[in-house]
Amino acid sequence: MAYDNKLIDHYENPRNVGSMDKNAADVGTGVVGAPACGDVMKLQLKISDEGIIEDARFKTFGCGSAIASSSLVTEMVKGRTIGEAMKIQNSHIAEELKLPPVKIHCSVLAEDALKAAINDYLKKKQAAAEAAAPATVAE
Amino acid sequence: MALKFPIYLDNHATTPCDPRVVDAMLPYLTEIFGNAGSRNHAYGWKAQEAIERAREQVAALIGADPKEIVFTSGATESDNLALLGVAKFYADKGRHIITSQIEHKAILDTAHHLEKEGFEFTYLPVDKEGRIDPQQVADAIRPDTILCSIMWANNEIGTVQDITAIGAICRSKGVIFHTDAVQGLGRIPFDVNSMNVDLASISAHKIYGPKGIGALYVRRARPRIRLEPMFHGGGQERGLRSGTQPVQQIVALGKAAELAKDALTNGEIEKTRALRDRLWAGLQANLDELYLNGSWEHRLPNNLNVSFAYCEGEAIMMAIKNLAVSSGSACTSSSLEPSYVLRAMGVDVELAHTSIRFGIGRFTTEEEIDYAVVLLTEKIRWLREMSPLYEMVKEGVDLKSVQWVAH
Repeated sequence: MAYDNKLIDHYENPRNVGSMDKNAADVGTGVVGAPACGDVMKLQLKISDEGIIEDARFKTFGCGSAIASSSLVTEMVKGRTIGEAMKIQNSHIAEELKLPPVKIHCSVLAEDALKAAINDYLKKKQAAAEAAAPATVAE
Repeated sequence: MALKFPIYLDNHATTPCDPRVVDAMLPYLTEIFGNAGSRNHAYGWKAQEAIERAREQVAALIGADPKEIVFTSGATESDNLALLGVAKFYADKGRHIITSQIEHKAILDTAHHLEKEGFEFTYLPVDKEGRIDPQQVADAIRPDTILCSIMWANNEIGTVQDITAIGAICRSKGVIFHTDAVQGLGRIPFDVNSMNVDLASISAHKIYGPKGIGALYVRRARPRIRLEPMFHGGGQERGLRSGTQPVQQIVALGKAAELAKDALTNGEIEKTRALRDRLWAGLQANLDELYLNGSWEHRLPNNLNVSFAYCEGEAIMMAIKNLAVSSGSACTSSSLEPSYVLRAMGVDVELAHTSIRFGIGRFTTEEEIDYAVVLLTEKIRWLREMSPLYEMVKEGVDLKSVQWVAH
């Protein structure tokens, strides 16, 4: 298949490959896809107390488009607020990489991974807040 | 010698024309351009002579009589002619046909077409090496079975079937036996008589000839096989395939068949096998978690099909763009389904996505194989570094126990 140069660049020189400590309080992890479907994306975000995405890392099992979509999404979210990142849609990724129609699902997966990572972070934060303020109950 | 990129390791898809084949065919485009049907002048006679010589060359490759060779446009047409031709001619005798789940699409799609016309098919399953037990054929034969079509060697995994035993069973039960012989010719010996074959499909472009020409072997005696033709017209090719014969293509197939026969005895096969073994040994020495697809023992000497666990097939091919190979991954097919051959063998769908097929050829060199091993080693390691699955496995996670969020 003939791919756009931008996609090939993100595939051949993927940005922000790697892993963060998934147990850290300021890290949100999203893992989406399934090996049987041929693609699994893991996206991790380091988010400040002010809700700014300070860093992003990914690892992806999948085709060139899946790897490029994950690489692009890490670039797109760095420095953004959670609110801004939640507005990123798969169509933005698909347009940027000029994904062919059969590869659109790769961009959907990247959007899902992003949302899953943010939700994981928010859940952790909420759990921490509840754990910090248990005393007000009972008595 | 400097390597020429991309290195061609996809000789199951097609092969380059051997220069000797090109030399043989060229005069028939310009000087000896006659229509073999012109019976009243030398142009026609010379074309006819050339066709008959080619028929002898093809017959010699498979142990047949030249009269049993019907030239077609290629193996797809040969497969169609075998199935449709037998089905239509013998429909009064029965309407049941046996084939396998791992046949080429030219067989499977023709079978689906015949099903719509009221024929009934049994699609034999294969074992985990892609093999059919001849007993499965014996068990599937019914009183109304007219034809059995089982490929000789598979185009994806190179698995070679026990054609001799399957042919003997069909012969003893009075069932016509067809085999798609495309991938094995020139790689392993083939003989229509000792192997009990009644119909065999042949393609030129898989044996270093040009595209657009093939043949169907049609047994003439003990038993005589009759076919209903698909093409009607001037009655060429014993009335089985009307249409002006493409003399230069036929001459080329003849020369390619002659060279394919030589290849069986001139050391080419041993060289091919050694290169294939070198590739597999090199990969295994450098990388873990490689899975061979298909049988090692019953395998074409030029085929290697490997699953590189945790790396998706299309991503591998993009990473090794200096190698021309193919993959059973879903992402390389328009259907987004991984290889039906691998699935029929029971290969985990996860591993099917990671498979790469290598086809060594007549012109492959040791340097090319060594380069392929180095490149694959580097790129598979790179992709695995990027693979969340490889990371999880290295952390001790059992991937089968994970609740995946499929999309």
